[in-house]
Amino acid sequence: MTSATSPADAPALLRRPLIDAILARRGDALVVTGLGTTCYDVFSAGDNPLNFYNWAGMGGAAMVACGLALAQPGRRVLCITGDGEMLMGLGSLATIGCEQPPNLKIVVMDNEHYVETGMQGTHTGRGVDLVGIARACGFPQACRVSVTEEFPAALAAIEAPGLAFVAIKVDPAQPPMTLPMRDGPYIRSRFRDALLGPAVAHPVMMPAAKQS
Amino acid sequence: MAEVTSGWPDDVYAELVAAGIRQVSYVPDAGHSRLIQRCQADPSMRTVSLTTEEEGVALGLGAWLGGDRHVLLMQSSGVGNTINMLAAPIEMRVPLLMLVTMRGEWAEFNPWQLPMGQGTRAALESVGTLVYPVHQPADIAPTVGAAAQMAFNTGRAVAVLIGQRAIGAKNWNK
Repeated sequence: MTSATSPADAPALLRRPLIDAILARRGDALVVTGLGTTCYDVFSAGDNPLNFYNWAGMGGAAMVACGLALAQPGRRVLCITGDGEMLMGLGSLATIGCEQPPNLKIVVMDNEHYVETGMQGTHTGRGVDLVGIARACGFPQACRVSVTEEFPAALAAIEAPGLAFVAIKVDPAQPPMTLPMRDGPYIRSRFRDALLGPAVAHPVMMPAAKQS
Repeated sequence: MAEVTSGWPDDVYAELVAAGIRQVSYVPDAGHSRLIQRCQADPSMRTVSLTTEEEGVALGLGAWLGGDRHVLLMQSSGVGNTINMLAAPIEMRVPLLMLVTMRGEWAEFNPWQLPMGQGTRAALESVGTLVYPVHQPADIAPTVGAAAQMAFNTGRAVAVLIGQRAIGAKNWNK
């Protein structure tokens, strides 16, 4: 059991450039965030109606992404969450490992801390290995990134077909604060309009055509 | 509790079909066994076995964002696990249909079931869920149909509480 954020001779990775790089190549992927910092990170990379900004239900991000992936098998779904959020929903890795949605990618930005609540340490800083857990739950692709050289392989796993789990060890420093919108019905309707089209998201009824 | 093998679960299944349910998540309960079997046998439904009930709340939120309708099947003890996760669909006005088989509520054998069984309705209502208790087998399927309309037409979290009195009934014929 080690608690090193990264090898001693390598600088810790910064989260925002990595998330920027992942989302710059998202294509038409659907994105589900965790709570707190990953929510702000995704917004900071650029707003998109196909981002689900998550403000409640800690531990649920991977399962929200799973439900979305099962509903939209033709679209890639990226869940971008943090280590604290993932630790609260470890059982969901077992559930997802059983369901094997091939279009689902879970990316954990692992800073080994609860940044929002005062920088208390998480279990991943005390040796708990999320990648090992994902692998043991049946994720066919599960990879860890601790240094820059390991990032391209993670990007490839995120972009290739198949269920994948990626944990990236990042610097715990809090990046500049950005806050996305918080209105739940707006986030919901904007997402569904963009994905399903207004006719499905907000069905209307018109007068029937007159019989001639 | 005896496994339910016929009767109201088939009618509930028909209501789920009529409501266009595509994803069915569950933590097993004997009272739901027949309904789970019917859903598993339906190629138009994806059944997802959960490790804990709040996973189903989150799954249902994602399903709705993706255009699928979902139902969560669980026992009353599992309701306690869902409460914080319910904040997301309730605050977002995302529909959530839950079918809850009751324990600790009628002719219970296990005293440890009572705290959650007696608190199920209050717990759900405390965070804004609409709750429909049912005690007669003949009322279960129509209530599920009405609850599905409430959930999907009005964007609410709705729970049908299927009473132990109804689950245990042996002589009900449709």
